[in-house]
Amino acid sequence: MGETVHGSLVPEWADLDPNVMSQPVKTIEDKWKLVPAFLRVKGLVKQHIDSFNYFINVDIKNIVRANSKVTSDVDPLFYVKYLDVRVGKPNIEEGMNISNDTAPHECRLRDITYSAPVMVDVEFMRGDHRIFRRDIPIGRMPIMLRSSNCVLSQCRSYAELAKYNECPHDPGGYFIIKGQEKVILIQEQLSKNRMIVEEDKKGSLTCQVTSSTHEKKSRTNVTMKNGKHYLKHNTLTDDVAVGIVFKAMGVASDQEIVQMIGTEDRIMTSFAASLEECARLNVYTQTQALKFIGNKVRQKRFFDRGPKKTPVDEARDLLATTILAHVPVEKFNFKMKSIYLALMVRRVIEAQGDTRAIDDRDYYGNKRLELAGSLISLLFEDLFKKFNSDLKKRADMVLGKKGKVSQFDTVHYMNSSQDSITNGLEVAISTGNWTIKRFKMERQGVTQVLARLSYISALGMMTRVNSQFEKTRKVSGPRSLQPSQWGMVCPSDTPEGESCGLVKNLALMTHITTEVDPEPIIELAFNCGVEDINLLSGEELSSRVVFLVFLNGNIIGVTRYHERVVRVFRAMRRNTVISGFVSIYTHYKHRCVYISSDGGRLCRPYIIVENCQPTVTEEHIKRLTRGLMSFDDFLHEGLVEYLDVNEENDSSIAMYEHEIERKTTHMEIEPFTILGVCAGLIPYPHHNQSPRNTYQCAMGKQAMGTIGYNQRNRIDTLLYNLVYPHKPLVKTRTIELINFEHLPAGHNAMVAVMSYSGYDIEDAIIINKSSLDRGYGRCLVYRNYKCSVKRYANQTSDRVQGPVMEVLEGGKQKVTWKHETLDSDGFAAVGTPVQPRQVLINKQMPTVTQLSFTNDQAQRQVSFRDTPVLHKGPGTTYVEKVMLSSDTDEFHLIKLLTRQTRRPEIGDKFSSRHGQKGVTGLIVQKEDLPFTDQGIYPDMIMNPHGFPSRMTVGKLLELLGSKSAALEGKYNYGTAFGGTPVKEIMEELVRHGYNYQGKDILYSGTTGEPLNAYIFFGPVYYQKLKHMVMDKMHARSRGPRAVLTRQPTEGRARDGGLRLGEMERDCLIGHGASMLLLERLMISSDAFDVDVCNSCGLLGYSGWCHYCRSSANVSSIRIPYACKLLFQELQSMNIVPRLRLENYCS
Amino acid sequence: MDTGRIKLEEFRLVPEHDLESPAKRSDHDGIIKLISMDDIDMELDFIGFNISLVNAYRRIILAEVATMAIEKVYMYNNTSIVQDEVLAHRLGLVPLKVDPRFFEFRNKDEKEWGAQDSVKYELKVRCSKNPQASDKETNPDILYKDRKVLSSSLKWMPIGNQTDIFQESSMQPLHDDILLAKMNCGHLINLEAYAVKGIGSDHAKFQPGLSWYRMLPEIKLVREVEGEDALLLQKCFSPGVIDIITNSEGKNVANVNDARNDACSRNVFQYDNIKDSVKMTRKTDHVIFYVESHSALKSHEILDEAVSIMIGKCDLLLSEIEKHLEMDADT
Repeated sequence: MGETVHGSLVPEWADLDPNVMSQPVKTIEDKWKLVPAFLRVKGLVKQHIDSFNYFINVDIKNIVRANSKVTSDVDPLFYVKYLDVRVGKPNIEEGMNISNDTAPHECRLRDITYSAPVMVDVEFMRGDHRIFRRDIPIGRMPIMLRSSNCVLSQCRSYAELAKYNECPHDPGGYFIIKGQEKVILIQEQLSKNRMIVEEDKKGSLTCQVTSSTHEKKSRTNVTMKNGKHYLKHNTLTDDVAVGIVFKAMGVASDQEIVQMIGTEDRIMTSFAASLEECARLNVYTQTQALKFIGNKVRQKRFFDRGPKKTPVDEARDLLATTILAHVPVEKFNFKMKSIYLALMVRRVIEAQGDTRAIDDRDYYGNKRLELAGSLISLLFEDLFKKFNSDLKKRADMVLGKKGKVSQFDTVHYMNSSQDSITNGLEVAISTGNWTIKRFKMERQGVTQVLARLSYISALGMMTRVNSQFEKTRKVSGPRSLQPSQWGMVCPSDTPEGESCGLVKNLALMTHITTEVDPEPIIELAFNCGVEDINLLSGEELSSRVVFLVFLNGNIIGVTRYHERVVRVFRAMRRNTVISGFVSIYTHYKHRCVYISSDGGRLCRPYIIVENCQPTVTEEHIKRLTRGLMSFDDFLHEGLVEYLDVNEENDSSIAMYEHEIERKTTHMEIEPFTILGVCAGLIPYPHHNQSPRNTYQCAMGKQAMGTIGYNQRNRIDTLLYNLVYPHKPLVKTRTIELINFEHLPAGHNAMVAVMSYSGYDIEDAIIINKSSLDRGYGRCLVYRNYKCSVKRYANQTSDRVQGPVMEVLEGGKQKVTWKHETLDSDGFAAVGTPVQPRQVLINKQMPTVTQLSFTNDQAQRQVSFRDTPVLHKGPGTTYVEKVMLSSDTDEFHLIKLLTRQTRRPEIGDKFSSRHGQKGVTGLIVQKEDLPFTDQGIYPDMIMNPHGFPSRMTVGKLLELLGSKSAALEGKYNYGTAFGGTPVKEIMEELVRHGYNYQGKDILYSGTTGEPLNAYIFFGPVYYQKLKHMVMDKMHARSRGPRAVLTRQPTEGRARDGGLRLGEMERDCLIGHGASMLLLERLMISSDAFDVDVCNSCGLLGYSGWCHYCRSSANVSSIRIPYACKLLFQELQSMNIVPRLRLENYCS
Repeated sequence: MDTGRIKLEEFRLVPEHDLESPAKRSDHDGIIKLISMDDIDMELDFIGFNISLVNAYRRIILAEVATMAIEKVYMYNNTSIVQDEVLAHRLGLVPLKVDPRFFEFRNKDEKEWGAQDSVKYELKVRCSKNPQASDKETNPDILYKDRKVLSSSLKWMPIGNQTDIFQESSMQPLHDDILLAKMNCGHLINLEAYAVKGIGSDHAKFQPGLSWYRMLPEIKLVREVEGEDALLLQKCFSPGVIDIITNSEGKNVANVNDARNDACSRNVFQYDNIKDSVKMTRKTDHVIFYVESHSALKSHEILDEAVSIMIGKCDLLLSEIEKHLEMDADT
């Protein structure tokens, strides 16, 4: 093997034991088994669930603790103090103070929110008494499915989940709001509290820091302008010279400032001008500097409450709390902050003339992903603050009343105002509008309805990452594939079009960190040789012998032995002394050691390599397969560790065992895990042209198949199912891992790659009619119809009535056609076929619903009008089930599920797993189709022209693989960067007497002669896509017209006309087809006969001109109704359009 | 196709003009050999016939030979999870033992189900708890009775005088173990189904069986192949096609034993060293014809039917000509 040769040649290897070196690194068989082990522990959507669990169990307590006290301005004795907060178990409040435990499926069916009460323990004053109360509900928190508070998290077996009507393969991680499944998409943004050096639009260098704490969010810039450095902040009206800011922070002497920034020649010369600027502005002391800054503070316009501060105080406050808000300032000790600022200046100077020092915004190490937990925590804190301020307002009002009749009842108030938190959360999740007042943040489209088109679409949605970048900007940077995306974000799975590259999907093994408490980490850092920054003067910072140590963007100290610090930290992490998600890496260019423990970092597990040997051995894998070890054991034993993007880029990671060199630190678990869920379905994706994989990622989500084991219990607005779905013959490891096999979406169709009949141009496919007869591509379409029976204010309510009878000539009674479907209870009977426009629910509504005060008992007789629910849409449908329930407002909720079985027809869309979509071009009788020596007739014929330009070699391999799998009676693997080797497949084909290239001799079905070419023939996994002709087909001769213009309505849903647009019109004009034009644009559209008076030119009415009061000159002409409308509208605006008629008849 | 052979080249099939065959062919014009036959499978050789004739029989078998299949299902109750349409579809695909030759095609406008054109079936199953099952049993197949609804549960209900003509054993589904539906305890299926006579071009369920053909493969060794190469060559063809014999010089050489069973996989072209040693052809006037029954009709009956349909077509053609000639004579 190659390595051994290298080993003897490279001298650095000499110090290692030759015995060790001469051995090739043994490949670890089946190390991919770590991937399922990882997924068993982490699950596909663990990031969402972890994040939500962190919020619900930890963060919510922090938020309440931070806002724990509410006092009154009026009564100094009054206070409310929150002692603890808890989120309970999900339940439903059925009214009358009854609440029942609930399960997600009940919420889905009954259109209610799956939520749990948030309860607090409070201590408060009522009069002079101090009172403790426990478990006071303050609102309801929507519960993420499978989170720690969800009932499903307790389920251990399929049977238990089945009891809750839940599919075991459903990943969870979403919310149910009013019966709708909502996903909070992962939001990608630039990381907070980190310095980023950039070149701005004008070409000047800027060091930018976005500080974010619980209270404040602000952005601070240090820029270089005219050779001088300025501090830029949006609370300051003007840029302030950095020197002044230093002085304002108490670093008054120029020497001290320079020492902090750096005493190297280059740095000093570059900074000198900025110091001179201070002198030029006559700022020498701290007070002068503060005054200078104070005068530039932007005036806040609103609430000018509190005593007015002097500019000096204001500037000091600003520096302490707003500028670089994340750097702690205690008792106006600005030391940390000035050091931080100095470093920012230094970074700007270092980046001058050195493009390598400029940071990359798109680098994934500089990105953080915001998940459901952190987003809800932002929202909850806002709502909680509002809740408290309302409480305070209310308390002030009650306590401030003169008479002081009643005491303020805190508990009662809390009970009655639960809605503000409940609704706030519910509305935000159901609309996706995230409004956070204290950060002035407003974001749209944070949540989306979980797409339940297929299992894959639901899974794909859970791993979706949404970028904050605006879609309209035409910059390629944020959209293009970033090298640091490797292994974290799927390189294939992104939509085409406007959001290309902005919407991404996580790779299979990606994990997103949650926050880890930084205190013990600081402790550890000091214990292993980091010197506290507070103990140092400024000069040490820029010393060549030390490395700065950062924790989450804050400087905590310096160290002389950075290697030791990093080594110790990693050892501690591997021994699980500190959390496995703490990352540490050295940045040699910055001469810094960065430690991160914040949430939202992308990370993924790697096998640790020590002394050129992977620590994971075959023995470990054996124990793993036997179930003696779990993935967590691998972590605990220091065999595997998580690396985040920054640390990953500081490591040397071997892809395979034979690539391990001396400097190697880690090894990949499996290369196929760089792909995401959707791309994981593609067999042999590494043989395909890359855009094809991207297309398939989009199409896999439209494939019909199975939704989940509970699909028959669901009542969704639209649900597509395949009658006979297949497992793919060529599968991938990913397919097994995500259970696609158990919830498949497609068929293994026998495909002949040849041309046939000419109905197969432009990717159209030919289908065997007999295959369709036997159930190929047959699908079920479920659709629901909903209505609620409401009760109104005037004691009336909706009702559902039985069918209406009509009397036939012979005196016999017969149910009217529209009601033929109905049972006597007014609902369509289960199993009945329903024609379009027939009634499903015969609901009636009272004509008067308003409360009237005029009459009394006399008007008890209520009249009703029909408001039936009709079957819209094409084709006969069958009633599958009828559900009666009540929603939260105690209205009766009626849901009716209908079903259609559809057989593929010409125009239905199919696709293989390689981005090769096509519509059915022709359905051919079996006897007309070609057949092989073995008497095999194809299910489908695909035109070979689909291959050369698309270069989907993976599809060819899939066909070969499927063929051999079918012959052998097994499944082949087409796993990315692996899979069954083609050679093996070919050998199998030969063994079964087939051509090694998969090409067979076919006889024409029509002439009977053998075809002149060998035909590539075998099974390929085909997906049926949701686009079906039946849902799109539309034609109209006569039909409804719009009321206003009397022109035909628009759109298929309204049975609209087909528009002859302006370009089509131009063509007709060009042809001079004037009569056709007239016919299309007027006669067939909105022709209207008007009476025009030729003396005044205005429109008359039935032969009479109302203006002239005569019928003398009135003649009738035919114009478009829209034209007549225009005249009248112009008249209404005081413009008189007059018509002049000339007689053409004479 | 007037050429006698088609040569299998590496990338295409090339018709080969055979100089000797036309004269020869006339000698044994139209030989048919029955190679093997049982109720299900049948293999016969058409030698010296034009391929289109053989193809015509194939097409007739697939499209026009009639069989009986369930066409209409009256669903009285179905509480199983299988949807009504799907269950009906599955019933349609169940092959029946009913001999179609005793029945007529049903008139499209016919409302009643007559004894001469339809067969009635009934399916009444209810899944219930198995009293014999032990308490600890977890396998639902044992725990419940009638959990699997099989084709054997389809019960023939005679219409009119059908009892006089048919026996129940000849009216049941061909296989009694076709899974129609799975049910859970308490589920119930109650339906009536009517089978009619139909043809394959209307729906695949009426296809009596499968039929196809292939041309006789021929393999000629162009040069002597010996030793390792001979073994390699042997592997490139189906088993039994190439023999290794020891020739007069004592070398192990390859020899064509029987090319008939070769799958024509052309795998010799994988190996450059031996690919020039063989010439593979297929004889166009020697067609091996297969019929495989999956219906009530036996394989030979299918062919029988196909031939009579063909005769019917020929008669129609002849009578048409006759008519024309008569008309000409009249005028």
